[in-house]
Amino acid sequence: MAVRLDKPWRDLNAENLARVTGHLGVYQLADDAGKILYIGVAGGRTRYGLKGEIAKALEAPPPGVTKFRFEVNMAYRTRHAELLEAYVHDFGGLPEANTDIDPRMLGRLRPGGGPR
Amino acid sequence: MDFALTEEQTMIVDMVRRFVRQEILPLEENMDPDADELEPEILAGLVEKTKAMGLYGLDTPPEYGGPDIDMVTRVLIAIECSQHRGGLYTPCYGAFGGARQAQLFEATEAQKEKYLYPMLRGEKKVFFGLSEPSGGSDPARAIQTRAVRDGNDHWVLNGTKLWISGADRADYGLVFARTGGPGRSGVSAFIVETQWEGFRVARIVHTLRSSKYATEIQMDNLRVPAENMLGEEGGGFAIANDRLARQRVPYAAECLGPAIKAHEMATEYSKIRETFGAPLASRQGIQWMLVENEIDIRAARLLVLDAAAKADRGEPYRTESAIAKLVCSESAFKVVDRSMQIHGGLGVAKDLPLERWFREMRIRRVGEGPSEVQKHVIARDIIGGSLR
Repeated sequence: MAVRLDKPWRDLNAENLARVTGHLGVYQLADDAGKILYIGVAGGRTRYGLKGEIAKALEAPPPGVTKFRFEVNMAYRTRHAELLEAYVHDFGGLPEANTDIDPRMLGRLRPGGGPR
Repeated sequence: MDFALTEEQTMIVDMVRRFVRQEILPLEENMDPDADELEPEILAGLVEKTKAMGLYGLDTPPEYGGPDIDMVTRVLIAIECSQHRGGLYTPCYGAFGGARQAQLFEATEAQKEKYLYPMLRGEKKVFFGLSEPSGGSDPARAIQTRAVRDGNDHWVLNGTKLWISGADRADYGLVFARTGGPGRSGVSAFIVETQWEGFRVARIVHTLRSSKYATEIQMDNLRVPAENMLGEEGGGFAIANDRLARQRVPYAAECLGPAIKAHEMATEYSKIRETFGAPLASRQGIQWMLVENEIDIRAARLLVLDAAAKADRGEPYRTESAIAKLVCSESAFKVVDRSMQIHGGLGVAKDLPLERWFREMRIRRVGEGPSEVQKHVIARDIIGGSLR
Protein backbone atom coordinates (compact mmCIF):
# COMPACT_ATOMS: atom_id res chain seq x y z
CA MET A 1 0.00 0.00 0.00
CA ALA A 2 1.39 3.38 -1.04
CA VAL A 3 1.86 5.92 1.75
CA ARG A 4 0.00 8.56 -0.25
CA LEU A 5 -3.51 7.82 -1.44
CA ASP A 6 -3.45 6.96 -5.14
CA LYS A 7 -7.10 6.24 -5.88
CA PRO A 8 -8.70 8.12 -8.80
CA TRP A 9 -10.55 11.36 -8.07
CA ARG A 10 -14.32 11.38 -8.59
CA ASP A 11 -16.62 14.36 -8.97
CA LEU A 12 -18.42 15.11 -5.73
CA ASN A 13 -22.02 14.56 -6.77
CA ALA A 14 -25.00 12.42 -5.80
CA GLU A 15 -24.39 9.90 -8.56
CA ASN A 16 -20.85 9.14 -7.41
CA LEU A 17 -21.85 9.23 -3.76
CA ALA A 18 -24.37 6.46 -4.49
CA ARG A 19 -21.44 4.17 -5.34
CA VAL A 20 -19.69 4.75 -2.00
CA THR A 21 -20.16 2.04 0.61
CA GLY A 22 -20.72 2.36 4.34
CA HIS A 23 -17.33 0.87 5.22
CA LEU A 24 -14.87 2.48 7.60
CA GLY A 25 -11.86 4.18 6.03
CA VAL A 26 -10.28 7.43 4.93
CA TYR A 27 -11.12 9.97 2.26
CA GLN A 28 -9.79 13.11 0.67
CA LEU A 29 -11.55 16.15 -0.78
CA ALA A 30 -9.97 18.29 -3.51
CA ASP A 31 -10.55 21.15 -5.90
CA ASP A 32 -10.80 20.92 -9.69
CA ALA A 33 -7.02 20.79 -10.04
CA GLY A 34 -6.72 17.88 -7.60
CA LYS A 35 -5.30 20.01 -4.79
CA ILE A 36 -6.15 18.24 -1.54
CA LEU A 37 -8.23 20.47 0.71
CA TYR A 38 -9.32 18.02 3.37
CA ILE A 39 -8.27 14.60 4.66
CA GLY A 40 -11.03 12.86 6.57
CA VAL A 41 -11.77 9.63 8.36
CA ALA A 42 -14.88 7.52 8.71
CA GLY A 43 -14.31 5.95 12.11
CA GLY A 44 -16.03 3.45 14.32
CA ARG A 45 -18.53 5.94 15.67
CA THR A 46 -19.82 7.12 12.30
CA ARG A 47 -23.36 6.03 11.54
CA TYR A 48 -22.91 5.35 7.83
CA GLY A 49 -19.13 5.07 7.47
CA LEU A 50 -17.54 6.58 4.35
CA LYS A 51 -20.90 7.06 2.68
CA GLY A 52 -22.16 9.18 5.57
CA GLU A 53 -19.01 11.29 5.87
CA ILE A 54 -18.77 11.99 2.14
CA ALA A 55 -22.51 12.75 2.08
CA LYS A 56 -21.85 15.45 4.69
CA ALA A 57 -19.18 16.89 2.40
CA LEU A 58 -21.62 16.88 -0.51
CA GLU A 59 -24.22 18.65 1.60
CA ALA A 60 -21.85 21.33 2.88
CA PRO A 61 -18.57 21.16 0.95
CA PRO A 62 -15.60 23.15 2.23
CA PRO A 63 -14.80 26.09 -0.06
CA GLY A 64 -13.39 24.95 -3.42
CA VAL A 65 -14.12 21.25 -3.00
CA THR A 66 -15.40 19.53 -6.16
CA LYS A 67 -13.80 16.07 -6.01
CA PHE A 68 -13.30 13.19 -3.62
CA ARG A 69 -11.58 9.85 -3.34
CA PHE A 70 -11.59 7.25 -0.60
CA GLU A 71 -10.00 4.07 0.67
CA VAL A 72 -11.80 1.39 2.68
CA ASN A 73 -9.50 0.63 5.61
CA MET A 74 -10.19 -0.96 8.98
CA ALA A 75 -6.94 0.56 10.24
CA TYR A 76 -8.58 3.92 9.69
CA ARG A 77 -6.90 5.74 12.56
CA THR A 78 -3.32 4.95 11.62
CA ARG A 79 -4.08 5.45 7.93
CA HIS A 80 -5.61 8.86 8.67
CA ALA A 81 -2.55 9.85 10.70
CA GLU A 82 -0.26 8.63 7.92
CA LEU A 83 -2.06 10.63 5.21
CA LEU A 84 -2.03 13.78 7.33
CA GLU A 85 1.64 13.38 8.21
CA ALA A 86 2.59 12.71 4.59
CA TYR A 87 0.68 15.83 3.52
CA VAL A 88 2.44 17.95 6.13
CA HIS A 89 5.76 16.58 4.87
CA ASP A 90 4.90 17.37 1.25
CA PHE A 91 3.33 20.81 1.71
CA GLY A 92 4.56 22.09 5.07
CA GLY A 93 1.16 22.29 6.75
CA LEU A 94 -2.27 20.73 7.02
CA PRO A 95 -4.84 20.91 4.19
CA GLU A 96 -6.79 24.17 4.29
CA ALA A 97 -10.04 22.67 5.52
CA ASN A 98 -8.49 20.43 8.19
CA THR A 99 -9.18 22.90 10.97
CA ASP A 100 -10.45 19.91 12.95
CA ILE A 101 -6.91 18.56 13.44
CA ASP A 102 -4.65 19.64 16.28
CA PRO A 103 -1.12 19.67 14.77
CA ARG A 104 0.30 18.76 18.19
CA MET A 105 -1.32 15.35 17.83
CA LEU A 106 0.60 14.55 14.64
CA GLY A 107 4.00 13.00 14.20
CA ARG A 108 6.66 13.64 11.60
CA LEU A 109 6.77 11.33 8.61
CA ARG A 110 9.30 11.62 5.82
CA PRO A 111 8.09 9.23 3.14
CA GLY A 112 9.98 8.70 -0.08
CA GLY A 113 8.62 9.87 -3.44
CA GLY A 114 6.52 12.97 -4.07
CA PRO A 115 2.94 14.21 -3.69
CA ARG A 116 0.10 12.61 -5.61
CA MET B 1 3.61 -18.08 49.14
CA ASP B 2 1.28 -15.41 50.48
CA PHE B 3 -0.24 -12.96 48.01
CA ALA B 4 -2.49 -11.23 50.51
CA LEU B 5 -2.36 -7.52 49.77
CA THR B 6 -0.89 -5.17 52.34
CA GLU B 7 -2.99 -2.30 53.61
CA GLU B 8 -1.06 0.09 51.37
CA GLN B 9 -1.47 -2.13 48.31
CA THR B 10 -5.20 -2.42 48.96
CA MET B 11 -5.45 1.34 49.19
CA ILE B 12 -3.52 1.84 45.94
CA VAL B 13 -5.59 -0.75 44.08
CA ASP B 14 -8.82 0.92 45.27
CA MET B 15 -7.52 4.33 44.27
CA VAL B 16 -6.52 3.22 40.75
CA ARG B 17 -9.79 1.32 40.30
CA ARG B 18 -11.75 4.43 41.25
CA PHE B 19 -9.64 6.53 38.89
CA VAL B 20 -10.39 4.21 35.96
CA ARG B 21 -14.10 4.12 36.69
CA GLN B 22 -14.57 7.82 37.43
CA GLU B 23 -12.09 9.42 35.05
CA ILE B 24 -11.37 7.08 32.14
CA LEU B 25 -14.56 5.15 31.42
CA PRO B 26 -16.73 8.29 31.03
CA LEU B 27 -14.22 9.74 28.56
CA GLU B 28 -14.30 6.60 26.43
CA GLU B 29 -18.05 6.86 25.95
CA ASN B 30 -17.50 9.65 23.44
CA MET B 31 -14.22 8.52 21.88
CA ASP B 32 -13.62 6.56 18.70
CA PRO B 33 -13.59 2.84 19.63
CA ASP B 34 -10.00 2.62 18.41
CA ALA B 35 -8.80 5.86 19.99
CA ASP B 36 -5.44 5.75 21.71
CA GLU B 37 -4.89 9.32 22.78
CA LEU B 38 -6.52 12.13 24.71
CA GLU B 39 -6.38 15.81 23.91
CA PRO B 40 -3.33 17.30 25.67
CA GLU B 41 -5.42 19.48 27.96
CA ILE B 42 -7.54 16.55 29.14
CA LEU B 43 -4.46 14.39 29.66
CA ALA B 44 -2.80 17.19 31.64
CA GLY B 45 -5.79 17.29 33.98
CA LEU B 46 -5.57 13.54 34.55
CA VAL B 47 -1.83 13.72 35.14
CA GLU B 48 -2.42 16.28 37.87
CA LYS B 49 -4.67 13.73 39.55
CA THR B 50 -2.21 10.83 39.29
CA LYS B 51 0.50 13.11 40.65
CA ALA B 52 -1.77 14.00 43.56
CA MET B 53 -2.24 10.26 44.10
CA GLY B 54 1.56 9.92 44.25
CA LEU B 55 1.51 7.47 41.36
CA TYR B 56 2.85 9.46 38.40
CA GLY B 57 5.83 7.94 36.60
CA LEU B 58 5.18 4.32 37.57
CA ASP B 59 8.36 3.02 35.95
CA THR B 60 10.55 5.87 37.12
CA PRO B 61 12.89 5.02 40.03
CA PRO B 62 12.15 6.96 43.24
CA GLU B 63 15.54 8.74 43.08
CA TYR B 64 14.33 10.33 39.84
CA GLY B 65 10.96 11.33 41.24
CA GLY B 66 8.92 8.17 40.62
CA PRO B 67 6.74 6.53 43.26
CA ASP B 68 8.47 4.18 45.67
CA ILE B 69 6.59 1.00 44.78
CA ASP B 70 7.78 -2.57 44.46
CA MET B 71 7.16 -4.83 41.47
CA VAL B 72 4.19 -6.61 43.08
CA THR B 73 2.44 -3.27 43.57
CA ARG B 74 3.40 -2.27 40.03
CA VAL B 75 1.74 -5.47 38.78
CA LEU B 76 -1.40 -4.81 40.82
CA ILE B 77 -1.61 -1.32 39.32
CA ALA B 78 -1.07 -2.71 35.81
CA ILE B 79 -3.99 -5.10 36.27
CA GLU B 80 -6.25 -2.27 37.42
CA CYS B 81 -5.32 0.52 35.05
CA SER B 82 -5.76 -1.65 31.95
CA GLN B 83 -9.43 -2.36 32.70
CA HIS B 84 -10.91 -0.17 29.99
CA ARG B 85 -11.31 -0.18 26.22
CA GLY B 86 -7.91 1.31 25.40
CA GLY B 87 -6.27 -0.26 28.45
CA LEU B 88 -4.13 -2.95 26.88
CA TYR B 89 -1.73 -0.74 24.95
CA THR B 90 -2.57 2.66 26.42
CA PRO B 91 -3.46 2.11 30.08
CA CYS B 92 -5.32 5.22 31.25
CA TYR B 93 -4.01 6.90 28.07
CA GLY B 94 -0.66 7.58 29.71
CA ALA B 95 -2.04 9.42 32.74
CA PHE B 96 0.34 7.46 34.96
CA GLY B 97 3.34 8.63 32.98
CA GLY B 98 3.36 6.18 30.10
CA ALA B 99 6.28 4.02 29.09
CA ARG B 100 9.78 5.01 30.02
CA GLN B 101 13.00 4.15 28.27
CA ALA B 102 14.69 2.64 31.29
CA GLN B 103 18.06 2.42 29.53
CA LEU B 104 18.44 6.17 29.86
CA PHE B 105 18.83 5.73 33.60
CA GLU B 106 22.19 4.15 32.72
CA ALA B 107 23.25 7.26 30.79
CA THR B 108 26.14 9.58 31.64
CA GLU B 109 25.33 12.73 33.59
CA ALA B 110 25.58 14.83 30.42
CA GLN B 111 23.27 12.47 28.57
CA LYS B 112 20.82 12.52 31.46
CA GLU B 113 20.70 16.32 31.42
CA LYS B 114 20.07 16.44 27.71
CA TYR B 115 17.81 13.43 27.23
CA LEU B 116 16.61 11.73 30.43
CA TYR B 117 15.31 14.65 32.48
CA PRO B 118 13.31 16.28 29.64
CA MET B 119 11.70 12.85 29.07
CA LEU B 120 10.85 12.50 32.76
CA ARG B 121 9.36 16.00 32.81
CA GLY B 122 7.14 14.94 29.91
CA GLU B 123 8.67 17.54 27.60
CA LYS B 124 10.23 15.09 25.15
CA LYS B 125 9.18 11.77 23.68
CA VAL B 126 11.51 8.85 23.12
CA PHE B 127 11.35 5.70 21.00
CA PHE B 128 13.07 2.33 21.39
CA GLY B 129 14.71 1.11 18.16
CA LEU B 130 15.73 -2.51 18.41
CA SER B 131 13.82 -4.71 15.91
CA GLU B 132 14.71 -4.84 12.25
CA PRO B 133 13.20 -6.40 9.12
CA SER B 134 15.65 -9.26 9.70
CA GLY B 135 13.98 -10.11 13.02
CA GLY B 136 12.93 -8.88 16.41
CA SER B 137 12.98 -11.97 18.60
CA ASP B 138 16.71 -12.54 18.35
CA PRO B 139 18.08 -9.03 18.05
CA ALA B 140 21.60 -9.92 19.07
CA ARG B 141 21.98 -11.94 15.91
CA ALA B 142 19.45 -10.19 13.68
CA ILE B 143 20.71 -6.61 13.94
CA GLN B 144 22.13 -5.54 10.59
CA THR B 145 22.16 -1.77 11.13
CA ARG B 146 25.82 -0.82 11.03
CA ALA B 147 27.58 1.89 12.98
CA VAL B 148 31.04 2.79 11.70
CA ARG B 149 33.46 5.15 13.38
CA ASP B 150 34.16 8.40 11.57
CA GLY B 151 37.25 9.75 13.31
CA ASN B 152 37.02 10.06 17.08
CA ASP B 153 34.01 12.32 17.18
CA HIS B 154 31.27 10.54 15.30
CA TRP B 155 29.67 7.27 14.33
CA VAL B 156 27.84 6.84 11.02
CA LEU B 157 24.71 4.67 11.09
CA ASN B 158 23.08 2.93 8.15
CA GLY B 159 20.14 0.56 8.28
CA THR B 160 16.42 0.04 8.78
CA LYS B 161 14.37 -0.49 11.92
CA LEU B 162 10.89 -1.98 11.87
CA TRP B 163 7.99 -2.24 14.35
CA ILE B 164 9.18 0.85 16.19
CA SER B 165 6.38 2.39 18.25
CA GLY B 166 6.06 6.15 18.38
CA ALA B 167 9.10 7.08 16.29
CA ASP B 168 7.12 9.63 14.25
CA ARG B 169 6.14 11.42 17.45
CA ALA B 170 9.50 11.15 19.18
CA ASP B 171 12.19 13.79 19.68
CA TYR B 172 14.90 11.20 20.07
CA GLY B 173 15.33 7.49 20.44
CA LEU B 174 17.56 4.61 21.40
CA VAL B 175 18.95 2.85 18.37
CA PHE B 176 20.87 -0.40 18.54
CA ALA B 177 23.48 -0.95 15.84
CA ARG B 178 26.30 -3.35 15.09
CA THR B 179 29.69 -1.84 15.87
CA GLY B 180 31.53 -5.13 15.96
CA GLY B 181 31.24 -8.72 14.80
CA PRO B 182 28.29 -11.09 15.02
CA GLY B 183 26.54 -11.81 18.31
CA ARG B 184 25.75 -9.84 21.43
CA SER B 185 29.12 -8.25 21.97
CA GLY B 186 28.97 -6.61 18.55
CA VAL B 187 25.93 -4.46 19.38
CA SER B 188 26.06 -0.92 20.76
CA ALA B 189 23.34 1.55 21.76
CA PHE B 190 23.07 5.16 20.54
CA ILE B 191 20.86 8.10 21.41
CA VAL B 192 19.64 9.50 18.10
CA GLU B 193 17.75 12.74 17.55
CA THR B 194 14.93 12.44 15.05
CA GLN B 195 15.62 15.84 13.46
CA TRP B 196 19.12 14.88 12.39
CA GLU B 197 19.94 14.63 8.70
CA GLY B 198 19.93 11.00 7.61
CA PHE B 199 17.13 9.92 9.96
CA ARG B 200 13.61 9.48 8.70
CA VAL B 201 10.40 7.71 9.61
CA ALA B 202 9.46 6.25 6.24
CA ARG B 203 6.00 4.91 6.98
CA ILE B 204 3.45 3.82 9.52
CA VAL B 205 3.03 0.06 9.64
CA HIS B 206 -0.70 -0.63 9.74
CA THR B 207 -1.63 -3.59 11.90
CA LEU B 208 -4.55 -4.97 13.89
CA ARG B 209 -4.14 -2.21 16.44
CA SER B 210 -4.13 1.55 16.11
CA SER B 211 -2.76 2.37 19.55
CA LYS B 212 0.99 2.73 19.87
CA TYR B 213 1.25 2.05 16.18
CA ALA B 214 4.45 0.81 14.64
CA THR B 215 6.68 2.67 12.20
CA GLU B 216 9.59 1.94 9.90
CA ILE B 217 12.77 3.94 10.38
CA GLN B 218 15.48 4.42 7.79
CA MET B 219 18.96 5.66 8.60
CA ASP B 220 21.07 6.81 5.69
CA ASN B 221 24.55 7.97 6.68
CA LEU B 222 23.17 9.25 9.97
CA ARG B 223 26.04 10.95 11.83
CA VAL B 224 25.83 10.46 15.59
CA PRO B 225 28.23 12.23 17.97
CA ALA B 226 30.46 9.80 19.86
CA GLU B 227 29.18 11.15 23.18
CA ASN B 228 25.73 9.84 22.23
CA MET B 229 26.77 6.22 22.62
CA LEU B 230 24.84 4.81 25.57
CA GLY B 231 26.97 2.59 27.77
CA GLU B 232 30.09 0.85 26.55
CA GLU B 233 30.90 -0.03 22.97
CA GLY B 234 29.57 -3.56 22.49
CA GLY B 235 27.40 -3.26 25.60
CA GLY B 236 24.19 -2.37 23.80
CA PHE B 237 22.54 -5.75 23.98
CA ALA B 238 22.98 -6.03 27.73
CA ILE B 239 21.27 -2.65 28.11
CA ALA B 240 18.38 -3.70 25.87
CA ASN B 241 18.01 -7.10 27.46
CA ASP B 242 17.85 -5.75 30.99
CA ARG B 243 15.02 -3.44 30.04
CA LEU B 244 13.10 -6.12 28.21
CA ALA B 245 13.27 -8.58 31.13
CA ARG B 246 12.16 -6.03 33.71
CA GLN B 247 9.31 -4.52 31.73
CA ARG B 248 8.01 -7.92 30.70
CA VAL B 249 6.36 -8.43 34.11
CA PRO B 250 3.97 -5.43 34.13
CA TYR B 251 3.56 -5.97 30.38
CA ALA B 252 2.25 -9.44 31.15
CA ALA B 253 0.02 -8.12 33.93
CA GLU B 254 -1.63 -5.58 31.63
CA CYS B 255 -3.12 -8.48 29.64
CA LEU B 256 -5.25 -9.33 32.64
CA GLY B 257 -7.16 -6.04 32.83
CA PRO B 258 -9.10 -6.52 29.58
CA ALA B 259 -9.45 -10.25 30.35
CA ILE B 260 -11.06 -9.49 33.71
CA LYS B 261 -13.43 -6.95 32.15
CA ALA B 262 -14.31 -9.30 29.27
CA HIS B 263 -15.05 -12.09 31.75
CA GLU B 264 -17.22 -9.78 33.88
CA MET B 265 -19.14 -8.68 30.80
CA ALA B 266 -19.63 -12.26 29.62
CA THR B 267 -20.83 -13.35 33.05
CA GLU B 268 -23.37 -10.54 33.26
CA TYR B 269 -24.52 -11.04 29.69
CA SER B 270 -25.00 -14.77 30.21
CA LYS B 271 -27.48 -14.00 33.01
CA ILE B 272 -29.65 -11.61 31.00
CA ARG B 273 -29.49 -13.12 27.52
CA GLU B 274 -32.09 -15.82 26.96
CA THR B 275 -32.07 -18.49 24.26
CA PHE B 276 -34.80 -21.10 23.79
CA GLY B 277 -36.54 -19.88 26.92
CA ALA B 278 -33.67 -19.92 29.38
CA PRO B 279 -30.69 -17.65 30.23
CA LEU B 280 -27.37 -18.50 28.60
CA ALA B 281 -25.97 -18.97 32.11
CA SER B 282 -28.13 -22.07 32.53
CA ARG B 283 -26.37 -23.84 29.62
CA GLN B 284 -23.50 -26.09 30.52
CA GLY B 285 -21.58 -25.05 27.40
CA ILE B 286 -21.62 -21.44 28.58
CA GLN B 287 -20.93 -22.34 32.21
CA TRP B 288 -17.80 -24.22 31.22
CA MET B 289 -16.55 -21.28 29.17
CA LEU B 290 -17.02 -19.02 32.20
CA VAL B 291 -15.27 -21.55 34.43
CA GLU B 292 -12.34 -21.74 32.02
CA ASN B 293 -12.18 -17.93 31.98
CA GLU B 294 -12.10 -17.84 35.77
CA ILE B 295 -9.35 -20.45 36.01
CA ASP B 296 -7.25 -18.82 33.27
CA ILE B 297 -7.43 -15.42 34.95
CA ARG B 298 -6.63 -16.74 38.43
CA ALA B 299 -3.72 -18.88 37.24
CA ALA B 300 -2.22 -16.08 35.17
CA ARG B 301 -2.58 -13.63 38.05
CA LEU B 302 -0.73 -15.94 40.43
CA LEU B 303 2.07 -16.52 37.94
CA VAL B 304 2.65 -12.84 37.22
CA LEU B 305 2.59 -12.03 40.94
CA ASP B 306 5.09 -14.84 41.49
CA ALA B 307 7.46 -13.29 38.94
CA ALA B 308 7.03 -9.88 40.55
CA ALA B 309 7.62 -11.25 44.06
CA LYS B 310 10.85 -12.95 42.92
CA ALA B 311 12.03 -9.69 41.36
CA ASP B 312 11.26 -7.86 44.62
CA ARG B 313 13.25 -10.43 46.62
CA GLY B 314 16.23 -9.91 44.34
CA GLU B 315 16.10 -13.47 43.07
CA PRO B 316 16.59 -14.42 39.41
CA TYR B 317 13.23 -14.11 37.67
CA ARG B 318 13.95 -14.47 33.98
CA THR B 319 12.14 -17.81 33.74
CA GLU B 320 9.25 -16.54 35.85
CA SER B 321 8.85 -13.41 33.72
CA ALA B 322 8.86 -15.54 30.55
CA ILE B 323 6.22 -17.85 32.06
CA ALA B 324 4.15 -14.84 33.13
CA LYS B 325 4.30 -13.24 29.69
CA LEU B 326 3.47 -16.52 27.97
CA VAL B 327 0.56 -17.48 30.22
CA CYS B 328 -0.93 -13.98 30.64
CA SER B 329 -1.01 -13.22 26.91
CA GLU B 330 -2.20 -16.67 25.83
CA SER B 331 -4.80 -16.99 28.60
CA ALA B 332 -6.12 -13.46 28.21
CA PHE B 333 -6.56 -14.05 24.49
CA LYS B 334 -8.61 -17.17 25.21
CA VAL B 335 -10.70 -15.34 27.81
CA VAL B 336 -11.51 -12.51 25.40
CA ASP B 337 -12.26 -15.02 22.64
CA ARG B 338 -14.67 -17.00 24.84
CA SER B 339 -16.31 -13.81 26.07
CA MET B 340 -16.88 -12.72 22.47
CA GLN B 341 -18.41 -16.11 21.70
CA ILE B 342 -20.82 -15.78 24.62
CA HIS B 343 -21.87 -12.34 23.35
CA GLY B 344 -22.63 -13.68 19.87
CA GLY B 345 -22.95 -11.00 17.18
CA LEU B 346 -22.66 -8.22 19.73
CA GLY B 347 -19.23 -9.54 20.65
CA VAL B 348 -17.73 -8.73 17.28
CA ALA B 349 -19.34 -5.27 16.95
CA LYS B 350 -17.51 -2.06 17.70
CA ASP B 351 -20.33 -1.19 20.12
CA LEU B 352 -18.46 -3.22 22.74
CA PRO B 353 -14.72 -3.21 23.52
CA LEU B 354 -14.37 -6.96 23.02
CA GLU B 355 -13.41 -6.80 19.33
CA ARG B 356 -10.66 -4.27 20.08
CA TRP B 357 -9.29 -6.39 22.90
CA PHE B 358 -9.39 -9.44 20.64
CA ARG B 359 -7.34 -7.71 17.92
CA GLU B 360 -4.89 -6.19 20.35
CA MET B 361 -4.55 -9.35 22.43
CA ARG B 362 -3.62 -11.22 19.25
CA ILE B 363 -0.66 -8.87 18.88
CA ARG B 364 0.20 -9.33 22.53
CA ARG B 365 1.00 -12.99 21.86
CA VAL B 366 3.66 -11.82 19.40
CA GLY B 367 4.98 -8.54 20.83
CA GLU B 368 7.80 -8.35 23.41
CA GLY B 369 8.84 -11.88 22.51
CA PRO B 370 6.34 -14.31 20.97
CA SER B 371 5.02 -17.23 23.00
CA GLU B 372 7.38 -19.63 21.22
CA VAL B 373 10.42 -17.56 22.19
CA GLN B 374 9.21 -17.45 25.80
CA LYS B 375 8.98 -21.25 25.70
CA HIS B 376 12.48 -21.33 24.26
CA VAL B 377 13.75 -19.24 27.18
CA ILE B 378 11.95 -21.46 29.69
CA ALA B 379 13.24 -24.63 28.02
CA ARG B 380 16.79 -23.33 28.13
CA ASP B 381 16.51 -22.71 31.84
CA ILE B 382 15.05 -26.17 32.42
CA ILE B 383 17.38 -28.10 30.19
CA GLY B 384 20.41 -25.85 30.19
CA GLY B 385 22.57 -24.82 27.28
CA SER B 386 22.46 -21.86 24.98
CA LEU B 387 19.86 -20.82 22.45
CA ARG B 388 20.56 -22.11 18.95
